[in-house]
Amino acid sequence: MFKIQIRQLEKQFVKQHQYVDVLENISIDIKKGEFVCLLGPSGCGKTTLLRILAGLEKPSLGDISIQHENKQNPLQSMVFQESGVIPWMTVEENVSFGLKMRHMPTDYIHEQTNHYLEKVGLRRFRKLYPKELSGGMKQRVSIARAFANNPEILLMDEPFAALDEQNKFILQEELLSIWQETEKTVLFITHSIDEALLLSDRILLMSAQPGKIIEDLPIQMQRPRSIEQVRASEDMTNTFLNIWEHLHREVKHARSANH
Amino acid sequence: MRKLIKWFKHQQILTISAPIVLLIAWEFFSRMEILDPRFFPPPTLILQTLIDMGAGGELFHHIGVSLLRIFCGFLLGVIPAICIGLFMGMYKWFKTFFSPIIMIFMPIPTLAMLPIILILFGIGEFSKMVTIAISVFFPVAINTAAGVANIDPIYTDVAKNFQASSKDFFLKIALPGSLPVMLEGIQMGQAIALLTIVAAEMIGANSGIGYVIWMNYKAFLLPEMYVGLLLISFFGYFFSLLLRGLERKLLPWK
Repeated sequence: MFKIQIRQLEKQFVKQHQYVDVLENISIDIKKGEFVCLLGPSGCGKTTLLRILAGLEKPSLGDISIQHENKQNPLQSMVFQESGVIPWMTVEENVSFGLKMRHMPTDYIHEQTNHYLEKVGLRRFRKLYPKELSGGMKQRVSIARAFANNPEILLMDEPFAALDEQNKFILQEELLSIWQETEKTVLFITHSIDEALLLSDRILLMSAQPGKIIEDLPIQMQRPRSIEQVRASEDMTNTFLNIWEHLHREVKHARSANH
Repeated sequence: MRKLIKWFKHQQILTISAPIVLLIAWEFFSRMEILDPRFFPPPTLILQTLIDMGAGGELFHHIGVSLLRIFCGFLLGVIPAICIGLFMGMYKWFKTFFSPIIMIFMPIPTLAMLPIILILFGIGEFSKMVTIAISVFFPVAINTAAGVANIDPIYTDVAKNFQASSKDFFLKIALPGSLPVMLEGIQMGQAIALLTIVAAEMIGANSGIGYVIWMNYKAFLLPEMYVGLLLISFFGYFFSLLLRGLERKLLPWK
Protein backbone atom coordinates (compact mmCIF):
# COMPACT_ATOMS: atom_id res chain seq x y z
CA MET A 1 0.00 0.00 0.00
CA PHE A 2 1.41 3.37 -1.01
CA LYS A 3 0.96 6.60 0.91
CA ILE A 4 0.35 8.63 -2.22
CA GLN A 5 -0.92 7.11 -5.43
CA ILE A 6 -1.36 9.09 -8.59
CA ARG A 7 -2.82 7.29 -11.61
CA GLN A 8 -2.83 8.60 -15.18
CA LEU A 9 -3.29 12.15 -14.14
CA GLU A 10 -3.88 14.71 -16.87
CA LYS A 11 -4.39 18.43 -16.67
CA GLN A 12 -5.37 20.88 -19.34
CA PHE A 13 -5.76 24.62 -19.15
CA VAL A 14 -7.60 26.87 -21.53
CA LYS A 15 -5.29 29.64 -22.68
CA GLN A 16 -6.42 32.10 -25.32
CA HIS A 17 -9.24 29.78 -26.42
CA GLN A 18 -6.89 26.86 -26.85
CA TYR A 19 -6.36 23.77 -24.78
CA VAL A 20 -2.88 23.50 -23.39
CA ASP A 21 -1.70 20.19 -21.96
CA VAL A 22 0.07 20.92 -18.72
CA LEU A 23 0.39 17.44 -17.28
CA GLU A 24 0.34 14.26 -19.31
CA ASN A 25 -0.11 10.75 -18.03
CA ILE A 26 1.39 11.20 -14.60
CA SER A 27 1.55 8.06 -12.47
CA ILE A 28 3.46 8.16 -9.20
CA ASP A 29 3.61 5.92 -6.15
CA ILE A 30 5.16 7.27 -2.98
CA LYS A 31 5.82 5.12 0.08
CA LYS A 32 5.08 6.20 3.60
CA GLY A 33 7.89 8.29 5.08
CA GLU A 34 9.56 8.89 1.75
CA PHE A 35 11.04 12.26 0.84
CA VAL A 36 10.46 12.73 -2.87
CA CYS A 37 11.59 15.69 -4.96
CA LEU A 38 9.89 16.67 -8.17
CA LEU A 39 12.54 18.27 -10.29
CA GLY A 40 11.94 19.96 -13.60
CA PRO A 41 12.49 23.07 -15.69
CA SER A 42 10.29 26.04 -14.86
CA GLY A 43 6.90 25.90 -16.51
CA CYS A 44 6.86 22.09 -16.60
CA GLY A 45 3.70 21.86 -14.53
CA LYS A 46 5.25 20.68 -11.28
CA THR A 47 3.52 23.40 -9.29
CA THR A 48 0.22 22.46 -10.94
CA LEU A 49 0.74 18.85 -9.89
CA LEU A 50 1.39 19.93 -6.32
CA ARG A 51 -1.63 22.22 -6.31
CA ILE A 52 -3.81 19.35 -7.47
CA LEU A 53 -2.55 17.23 -4.57
CA ALA A 54 -3.17 20.18 -2.25
CA GLY A 55 -6.79 20.37 -3.36
CA LEU A 56 -6.30 23.83 -4.83
CA GLU A 57 -6.93 22.65 -8.37
CA LYS A 58 -8.82 19.81 -9.97
CA PRO A 59 -7.31 17.29 -12.37
CA SER A 60 -8.82 16.99 -15.85
CA LEU A 61 -8.46 13.22 -15.78
CA GLY A 62 -7.05 10.51 -13.55
CA ASP A 63 -7.05 9.60 -9.89
CA ILE A 64 -5.24 10.63 -6.79
CA SER A 65 -5.38 8.87 -3.49
CA ILE A 66 -3.67 9.77 -0.28
CA GLN A 67 -3.91 7.17 2.44
CA HIS A 68 -5.66 8.67 5.44
CA GLU A 69 -4.45 6.61 8.41
CA ASN A 70 -5.21 8.82 11.36
CA LYS A 71 -8.56 10.49 10.85
CA GLN A 72 -7.67 13.10 13.49
CA ASN A 73 -5.02 14.52 11.18
CA PRO A 74 -5.57 16.57 8.07
CA LEU A 75 -4.73 14.89 4.81
CA GLN A 76 -2.09 17.35 3.65
CA SER A 77 -0.52 20.68 4.45
CA MET A 78 1.51 22.84 2.18
CA VAL A 79 4.66 24.86 2.72
CA PHE A 80 4.15 27.79 0.40
CA GLN A 81 6.69 30.01 -1.27
CA GLU A 82 8.05 32.88 0.73
CA SER A 83 5.01 35.14 0.48
CA GLY A 84 2.70 32.52 2.01
CA VAL A 85 3.13 33.76 5.58
CA ILE A 86 0.12 35.88 6.50
CA PRO A 87 1.32 39.43 7.29
CA TRP A 88 -1.48 40.38 9.71
CA MET A 89 -0.81 37.43 12.00
CA THR A 90 2.09 37.16 14.42
CA VAL A 91 4.62 34.35 14.11
CA GLU A 92 2.71 32.41 16.74
CA GLU A 93 -0.68 32.96 15.08
CA ASN A 94 0.73 31.87 11.75
CA VAL A 95 2.15 28.66 13.17
CA SER A 96 -1.09 27.75 14.95
CA PHE A 97 -3.27 28.74 11.98
CA GLY A 98 -4.04 25.24 10.69
CA LEU A 99 -4.75 23.88 14.17
CA LYS A 100 -7.10 26.75 14.94
CA MET A 101 -8.93 26.36 11.66
CA ARG A 102 -9.57 22.74 12.55
CA HIS A 103 -10.75 23.77 16.04
CA MET A 104 -8.33 21.58 17.94
CA PRO A 105 -8.30 21.72 21.76
CA THR A 106 -6.44 24.75 23.11
CA ASP A 107 -3.88 22.68 25.02
CA TYR A 108 -2.96 20.73 21.94
CA ILE A 109 -2.63 23.91 19.88
CA HIS A 110 -0.32 25.37 22.52
CA GLU A 111 1.79 22.28 22.73
CA GLN A 112 2.20 21.84 18.98
CA THR A 113 2.85 25.53 18.39
CA ASN A 114 5.47 25.76 21.12
CA HIS A 115 7.14 22.57 20.00
CA TYR A 116 7.60 23.71 16.41
CA LEU A 117 8.47 27.28 17.32
CA GLU A 118 11.25 25.76 19.41
CA LYS A 119 12.27 23.45 16.56
CA VAL A 120 12.71 26.25 14.07
CA GLY A 121 14.28 28.56 16.67
CA LEU A 122 11.58 31.24 16.58
CA ARG A 123 10.37 31.04 20.14
CA ARG A 124 11.83 34.42 21.01
CA PHE A 125 10.17 35.97 17.96
CA ARG A 126 6.69 34.55 18.49
CA LYS A 127 5.02 37.91 19.05
CA LEU A 128 6.56 39.58 16.00
CA TYR A 129 4.81 40.27 12.71
CA PRO A 130 6.28 38.89 9.47
CA LYS A 131 7.39 42.34 8.27
CA GLU A 132 9.96 42.26 11.09
CA LEU A 133 11.40 38.90 9.92
CA SER A 134 14.04 38.04 7.35
CA GLY A 135 13.20 35.82 4.38
CA GLY A 136 14.75 32.80 6.08
CA MET A 137 12.76 33.35 9.25
CA LYS A 138 9.55 33.69 7.26
CA GLN A 139 10.20 30.34 5.64
CA ARG A 140 10.80 28.83 9.08
CA VAL A 141 7.34 30.08 10.04
CA SER A 142 5.88 28.46 6.96
CA ILE A 143 7.60 25.15 7.72
CA ALA A 144 6.56 25.22 11.38
CA ARG A 145 2.98 25.98 10.36
CA ALA A 146 2.78 22.94 8.09
CA PHE A 147 4.45 20.54 10.55
CA ALA A 148 2.44 21.81 13.53
CA ASN A 149 -0.75 20.94 11.67
CA ASN A 150 0.46 17.33 11.79
CA PRO A 151 -0.79 16.30 8.33
CA GLU A 152 -0.59 12.87 6.76
CA ILE A 153 1.65 14.21 4.00
CA LEU A 154 3.55 17.45 3.45
CA LEU A 155 3.68 19.31 0.16
CA MET A 156 6.40 21.88 -0.41
CA ASP A 157 6.37 24.34 -3.26
CA GLU A 158 9.94 25.57 -3.79
CA PRO A 159 10.04 26.89 -0.24
CA PHE A 160 13.68 28.00 -0.43
CA ALA A 161 13.70 29.43 -3.96
CA ALA A 162 13.80 33.05 -2.81
CA LEU A 163 16.55 32.60 -0.21
CA ASP A 164 20.22 33.37 -0.54
CA GLU A 165 22.68 30.50 -0.80
CA GLN A 166 23.79 30.32 2.86
CA ASN A 167 20.31 30.58 4.27
CA LYS A 168 19.20 27.93 1.84
CA PHE A 169 21.77 25.42 3.12
CA ILE A 170 20.91 26.14 6.73
CA LEU A 171 17.19 25.75 6.18
CA GLN A 172 17.60 22.61 4.12
CA GLU A 173 19.49 20.95 6.94
CA GLU A 174 16.95 22.15 9.51
CA LEU A 175 14.14 20.78 7.39
CA LEU A 176 15.87 17.42 7.15
CA SER A 177 16.32 17.23 10.90
CA ILE A 178 12.66 17.99 11.58
CA TRP A 179 11.57 15.57 8.89
CA GLN A 180 13.68 12.78 10.31
CA GLU A 181 12.03 13.16 13.69
CA THR A 182 8.50 13.15 12.35
CA GLU A 183 8.93 10.60 9.55
CA LYS A 184 6.35 12.35 7.43
CA THR A 185 5.90 11.69 3.75
CA VAL A 186 7.08 14.71 1.78
CA LEU A 187 6.64 15.77 -1.81
CA PHE A 188 8.98 18.64 -2.53
CA ILE A 189 9.15 20.75 -5.66
CA THR A 190 12.37 22.34 -6.79
CA HIS A 191 14.31 23.36 -9.85
CA SER A 192 17.63 23.10 -8.02
CA ILE A 193 19.50 19.84 -8.60
CA ASP A 194 21.69 20.38 -5.52
CA GLU A 195 18.64 20.81 -3.35
CA ALA A 196 17.02 17.66 -4.72
CA LEU A 197 20.19 15.61 -4.17
CA LEU A 198 20.58 16.76 -0.59
CA LEU A 199 16.97 16.22 0.42
CA SER A 200 15.49 13.28 -1.43
CA ASP A 201 15.10 9.57 -1.16
CA ARG A 202 13.91 9.69 -4.74
CA ILE A 203 14.03 12.28 -7.47
CA LEU A 204 11.30 12.39 -10.09
CA LEU A 205 12.50 14.20 -13.16
CA MET A 206 9.90 16.01 -15.21
CA SER A 207 9.96 17.00 -18.86
CA ALA A 208 9.14 20.44 -20.16
CA GLN A 209 5.54 21.16 -21.15
CA PRO A 210 3.50 19.02 -21.21
CA GLY A 211 4.90 17.70 -17.94
CA LYS A 212 5.65 14.00 -17.82
CA ILE A 213 7.73 11.95 -15.44
CA ILE A 214 10.77 10.96 -17.47
CA GLU A 215 13.07 9.51 -14.79
CA ASP A 216 12.70 8.02 -11.37
CA LEU A 217 16.06 8.14 -9.60
CA PRO A 218 16.57 6.65 -6.15
CA ILE A 219 19.17 8.49 -4.06
CA GLN A 220 20.83 6.00 -1.80
CA MET A 221 23.19 8.15 0.17
CA GLN A 222 22.88 7.50 3.88
CA ARG A 223 21.36 10.01 6.28
CA PRO A 224 21.90 12.33 7.99
CA ARG A 225 23.46 14.08 5.03
CA SER A 226 25.23 17.37 4.88
CA ILE A 227 25.86 19.52 1.88
CA GLU A 228 29.60 18.84 2.22
CA GLN A 229 29.04 15.10 1.97
CA VAL A 230 26.82 15.50 -1.07
CA ARG A 231 29.44 17.67 -2.74
CA ALA A 232 32.24 15.22 -1.92
CA SER A 233 30.51 12.04 -3.09
CA GLU A 234 31.39 10.74 -6.53
CA ASP A 235 28.06 8.94 -6.90
CA MET A 236 26.20 12.16 -6.29
CA THR A 237 28.33 14.01 -8.80
CA ASN A 238 27.47 11.44 -11.43
CA THR A 239 23.80 11.68 -10.59
CA PHE A 240 24.07 15.46 -10.80
CA LEU A 241 25.55 15.24 -14.28
CA ASN A 242 22.96 12.71 -15.34
CA ILE A 243 20.13 14.98 -14.22
CA TRP A 244 21.82 18.01 -15.70
CA GLU A 245 21.97 16.34 -19.10
CA HIS A 246 18.30 15.42 -18.92
CA LEU A 247 17.21 18.89 -17.97
CA HIS A 248 19.45 20.47 -20.55
CA ARG A 249 17.93 18.33 -23.26
CA GLU A 250 14.43 19.16 -22.06
CA VAL A 251 14.99 22.88 -22.07
CA LYS A 252 16.52 22.77 -25.55
CA HIS A 253 13.73 20.56 -26.76
CA ALA A 254 11.12 22.92 -25.39
CA ARG A 255 12.82 25.89 -27.03
CA SER A 256 12.96 24.31 -30.47
CA ALA A 257 9.33 23.25 -30.14
CA ASN A 258 8.33 26.83 -29.43
CA HIS A 259 10.14 28.30 -32.42
CA MET B 1 21.65 60.48 14.83
CA ARG B 2 22.11 64.02 16.00
CA LYS B 3 21.91 65.18 12.45
CA LEU B 4 18.66 63.27 12.07
CA ILE B 5 17.13 64.94 15.13
CA LYS B 6 18.25 68.29 13.87
CA TRP B 7 16.71 67.65 10.50
CA PHE B 8 13.51 66.49 12.18
CA LYS B 9 13.27 69.67 14.25
CA HIS B 10 13.99 71.67 11.17
CA GLN B 11 11.05 69.99 9.43
CA GLN B 12 8.70 70.61 12.33
CA ILE B 13 9.60 74.28 12.33
CA LEU B 14 8.93 74.44 8.60
CA THR B 15 5.57 72.72 9.02
CA ILE B 16 4.22 75.13 11.61
CA SER B 17 5.83 78.21 10.12
CA ALA B 18 3.62 78.37 7.02
CA PRO B 19 0.30 78.87 8.84
CA ILE B 20 1.94 81.25 11.31
CA VAL B 21 3.35 83.40 8.52
CA LEU B 22 -0.05 83.42 6.87
CA LEU B 23 -1.79 84.48 10.10
CA ILE B 24 0.74 87.24 10.80
CA ALA B 25 0.42 88.58 7.27
CA TRP B 26 -3.36 88.49 7.54
CA GLU B 27 -3.31 90.27 10.89
CA PHE B 28 -0.91 92.89 9.55
CA PHE B 29 -2.73 93.61 6.28
CA SER B 30 -6.07 93.70 8.03
CA ARG B 31 -4.89 96.07 10.75
CA MET B 32 -3.25 98.28 8.13
CA GLU B 33 -6.53 98.17 6.21
CA ILE B 34 -4.73 96.98 3.11
CA LEU B 35 -7.20 94.12 3.29
CA ASP B 36 -10.70 95.38 4.02
CA PRO B 37 -11.19 94.45 7.72
CA ARG B 38 -14.94 94.30 7.19
CA PHE B 39 -14.45 91.24 4.98
CA PHE B 40 -11.19 89.99 6.43
CA PRO B 41 -11.26 90.78 10.14
CA PRO B 42 -7.89 90.24 11.84
CA PRO B 43 -7.32 86.75 13.32
CA THR B 44 -7.03 88.11 16.84
CA LEU B 45 -10.51 89.56 16.51
CA ILE B 46 -11.84 86.23 15.25
CA LEU B 47 -10.26 84.52 18.22
CA GLN B 48 -11.83 87.03 20.59
CA THR B 49 -15.20 86.44 18.91
CA LEU B 50 -14.74 82.69 19.35
CA ILE B 51 -14.15 83.16 23.07
CA ASP B 52 -17.19 85.46 23.40
CA MET B 53 -19.42 83.06 21.48
CA GLY B 54 -18.14 80.18 23.55
CA ALA B 55 -18.92 82.06 26.76
CA GLY B 56 -22.48 82.53 25.52
CA GLY B 57 -22.88 78.77 25.39
CA GLU B 58 -24.98 78.70 22.24
CA LEU B 59 -21.95 77.84 20.14
CA PHE B 60 -21.54 74.54 21.96
CA HIS B 61 -25.09 73.67 21.14
CA HIS B 62 -24.39 74.15 17.42
CA ILE B 63 -21.16 72.18 17.62
CA GLY B 64 -22.90 69.37 19.50
CA VAL B 65 -25.69 69.19 16.93
CA SER B 66 -23.25 69.03 14.02
CA LEU B 67 -21.07 66.41 15.68
CA LEU B 68 -24.05 64.24 16.50
CA ARG B 69 -25.24 64.42 12.90
CA ILE B 70 -21.78 63.59 11.59
CA PHE B 71 -21.29 60.74 14.02
CA CYS B 72 -24.64 59.04 13.41
CA GLY B 73 -24.61 59.72 9.68
CA PHE B 74 -21.09 58.39 9.47
CA LEU B 75 -21.99 55.11 11.17
CA LEU B 76 -25.18 54.86 9.12
CA GLY B 77 -23.06 55.05 5.95
CA VAL B 78 -19.90 53.20 6.94
CA ILE B 79 -21.46 50.03 8.34
CA PRO B 80 -23.50 49.04 5.25
CA ALA B 81 -20.64 50.25 3.04
CA ILE B 82 -18.20 47.84 4.69
CA CYS B 83 -20.65 44.94 4.47
CA ILE B 84 -21.48 45.55 0.83
CA GLY B 85 -17.84 46.26 -0.01
CA LEU B 86 -16.71 42.99 1.55
CA PHE B 87 -19.39 41.11 -0.35
CA MET B 88 -18.38 42.78 -3.60
CA GLY B 89 -14.76 41.90 -3.02
CA MET B 90 -15.47 38.29 -2.09
CA TYR B 91 -18.12 37.33 -4.62
CA LYS B 92 -17.67 38.17 -8.25
CA TRP B 93 -21.36 37.74 -9.03
CA PHE B 94 -22.33 40.22 -6.36
CA LYS B 95 -19.87 42.75 -7.70
CA THR B 96 -21.21 42.30 -11.24
CA PHE B 97 -24.72 42.69 -9.90
CA PHE B 98 -24.11 45.64 -7.63
CA SER B 99 -21.56 47.85 -9.34
CA PRO B 100 -24.01 49.35 -11.88
CA ILE B 101 -26.05 50.69 -8.97
CA ILE B 102 -22.97 52.32 -7.53
CA MET B 103 -21.98 53.68 -10.93
CA ILE B 104 -25.42 55.25 -11.36
CA PHE B 105 -25.62 56.93 -7.98
CA MET B 106 -22.01 57.86 -7.33
CA PRO B 107 -21.76 60.83 -9.75
CA ILE B 108 -24.83 62.53 -8.27
CA PRO B 109 -23.76 65.02 -5.60
CA THR B 110 -25.53 64.06 -2.40
CA LEU B 111 -26.72 67.64 -2.00
CA ALA B 112 -28.55 67.40 -5.31
CA MET B 113 -30.47 64.53 -3.77
CA LEU B 114 -31.38 66.60 -0.74
CA PRO B 115 -34.91 67.39 -2.02
CA ILE B 116 -35.62 63.69 -2.46
CA ILE B 117 -34.15 62.96 0.96
CA LEU B 118 -36.34 65.65 2.49
CA ILE B 119 -39.42 64.20 0.78
CA LEU B 120 -38.58 60.72 2.00
CA PHE B 121 -37.38 61.44 5.52
CA GLY B 122 -38.86 64.82 6.42
CA ILE B 123 -36.97 67.86 7.65
CA GLY B 124 -35.80 66.41 10.97
CA GLU B 125 -32.41 65.24 12.13
CA PHE B 126 -32.68 61.90 10.41
CA SER B 127 -32.64 63.33 6.92
CA LYS B 128 -29.36 65.11 7.68
CA MET B 129 -27.85 61.88 8.90
CA VAL B 130 -29.06 60.12 5.76
CA THR B 131 -27.41 62.80 3.65
CA ILE B 132 -24.09 62.19 5.34
CA ALA B 133 -24.56 58.44 5.21
CA ILE B 134 -25.06 58.49 1.45
CA SER B 135 -22.02 60.64 0.80
CA VAL B 136 -19.82 58.47 3.02
CA PHE B 137 -21.13 55.23 1.61
CA PHE B 138 -19.50 55.34 -1.83
CA PRO B 139 -15.81 55.88 -1.05
CA VAL B 140 -15.93 53.36 1.79
CA ALA B 141 -17.77 50.68 -0.22
CA ILE B 142 -15.51 51.08 -3.24
CA ASN B 143 -12.33 51.04 -1.18
CA THR B 144 -13.43 48.04 0.83
CA ALA B 145 -14.21 46.09 -2.34
CA ALA B 146 -10.83 47.06 -3.78
CA GLY B 147 -9.15 46.10 -0.52
CA VAL B 148 -10.56 42.59 -0.64
CA ALA B 149 -9.89 42.20 -4.35
CA ASN B 150 -6.26 43.19 -3.80
CA ILE B 151 -5.55 40.54 -1.18
CA ASP B 152 -2.79 38.34 -2.57
CA PRO B 153 -4.44 35.11 -3.85
CA ILE B 154 -1.75 33.12 -2.04
CA TYR B 155 -3.51 33.90 1.27
CA THR B 156 -6.70 32.46 -0.16
CA ASP B 157 -4.74 29.34 -1.04
CA VAL B 158 -3.25 29.20 2.44
CA ALA B 159 -6.70 29.51 4.01
CA LYS B 160 -8.09 26.81 1.74
CA ASN B 161 -5.15 24.49 2.28
CA PHE B 162 -5.47 24.81 6.05
CA GLN B 163 -9.22 24.17 5.84
CA ALA B 164 -10.55 27.55 6.92
CA SER B 165 -14.36 27.65 7.00
CA SER B 166 -16.02 30.49 5.11
CA LYS B 167 -16.64 32.25 8.42
CA ASP B 168 -12.99 31.96 9.36
CA PHE B 169 -11.93 33.04 5.89
CA PHE B 170 -14.06 36.14 6.27
CA LEU B 171 -12.80 37.00 9.75
CA LYS B 172 -9.14 35.99 9.48
CA ILE B 173 -8.32 36.75 5.85
CA ALA B 174 -10.82 38.98 4.03
CA LEU B 175 -11.51 41.46 6.81
CA PRO B 176 -7.98 42.06 8.15
CA GLY B 177 -6.49 41.86 4.65
CA SER B 178 -8.76 44.56 3.29
CA LEU B 179 -8.48 46.77 6.37
CA PRO B 180 -5.64 49.07 5.17
CA VAL B 181 -7.42 50.09 1.98
CA MET B 182 -10.76 50.19 3.77
CA LEU B 183 -9.37 52.66 6.31
CA GLU B 184 -8.17 54.90 3.50
CA GLY B 185 -11.76 54.93 2.27
CA ILE B 186 -13.01 55.80 5.76
CA GLN B 187 -10.48 58.63 5.93
CA MET B 188 -11.88 59.96 2.65
CA GLY B 189 -15.43 59.46 3.89
CA GLN B 190 -14.66 61.49 6.99
CA ALA B 191 -13.58 64.46 4.90
CA ILE B 192 -16.65 64.16 2.70
CA ALA B 193 -18.94 63.90 5.74
CA LEU B 194 -17.69 67.24 7.00
CA LEU B 195 -18.16 68.87 3.61
CA THR B 196 -21.66 67.51 3.33
CA ILE B 197 -22.90 68.44 6.78
CA VAL B 198 -21.83 72.05 6.46
CA ALA B 199 -23.45 72.40 3.06
CA ALA B 200 -26.60 70.63 4.20
CA GLU B 201 -26.87 72.84 7.25
CA MET B 202 -26.51 75.92 5.11
CA ILE B 203 -29.46 74.88 3.00
CA GLY B 204 -32.05 73.50 5.34
CA ALA B 205 -31.35 73.71 9.05
CA ASN B 206 -31.70 75.97 12.04
CA SER B 207 -28.75 74.70 14.00
CA GLY B 208 -25.25 73.39 13.44
CA ILE B 209 -21.92 74.85 12.32
CA GLY B 210 -23.09 75.31 8.72
CA TYR B 211 -26.08 77.25 10.01
CA VAL B 212 -23.77 79.46 12.11
CA ILE B 213 -21.75 80.31 9.03
CA TRP B 214 -24.73 81.03 6.82
CA MET B 215 -26.79 83.05 9.32
CA ASN B 216 -23.86 85.22 10.33
CA TYR B 217 -23.03 85.84 6.70
CA LYS B 218 -26.62 86.94 6.06
CA ALA B 219 -26.50 89.20 9.10
CA PHE B 220 -23.13 90.46 7.91
CA LEU B 221 -21.45 89.37 11.16
CA LEU B 222 -18.26 88.27 9.45
CA PRO B 223 -16.05 87.59 12.51
CA GLU B 224 -18.79 85.22 13.70
CA MET B 225 -18.83 83.58 10.27
CA TYR B 226 -15.08 83.08 10.43
CA VAL B 227 -15.50 81.35 13.76
CA GLY B 228 -17.62 78.75 11.96
CA LEU B 229 -14.91 78.24 9.34
CA LEU B 230 -12.30 77.93 12.06
CA LEU B 231 -14.35 75.23 13.78
CA ILE B 232 -14.68 73.18 10.58
CA SER B 233 -10.97 73.38 9.96
CA PHE B 234 -10.30 72.31 13.52
CA PHE B 235 -12.67 69.35 13.43
CA GLY B 236 -11.39 68.18 10.05
CA TYR B 237 -7.88 68.08 11.43
CA PHE B 238 -9.01 66.50 14.69
CA PHE B 239 -10.94 63.70 12.93
CA SER B 240 -8.09 62.81 10.64
CA LEU B 241 -5.71 62.64 13.61
CA LEU B 242 -8.21 60.43 15.39
CA LEU B 243 -8.49 58.09 12.42
CA ARG B 244 -4.75 57.96 11.98
CA GLY B 245 -4.41 56.93 15.61
CA LEU B 246 -7.06 54.28 15.09
CA GLU B 247 -5.20 53.05 12.03
CA ARG B 248 -2.01 52.61 14.03
CA LYS B 249 -3.95 50.60 16.63
CA LEU B 250 -5.72 48.42 14.09
CA LEU B 251 -2.76 47.75 11.80
CA PRO B 252 0.21 46.87 13.98
CA TRP B 253 1.46 44.61 11.21
CA LYS B 254 1.78 47.35 8.59
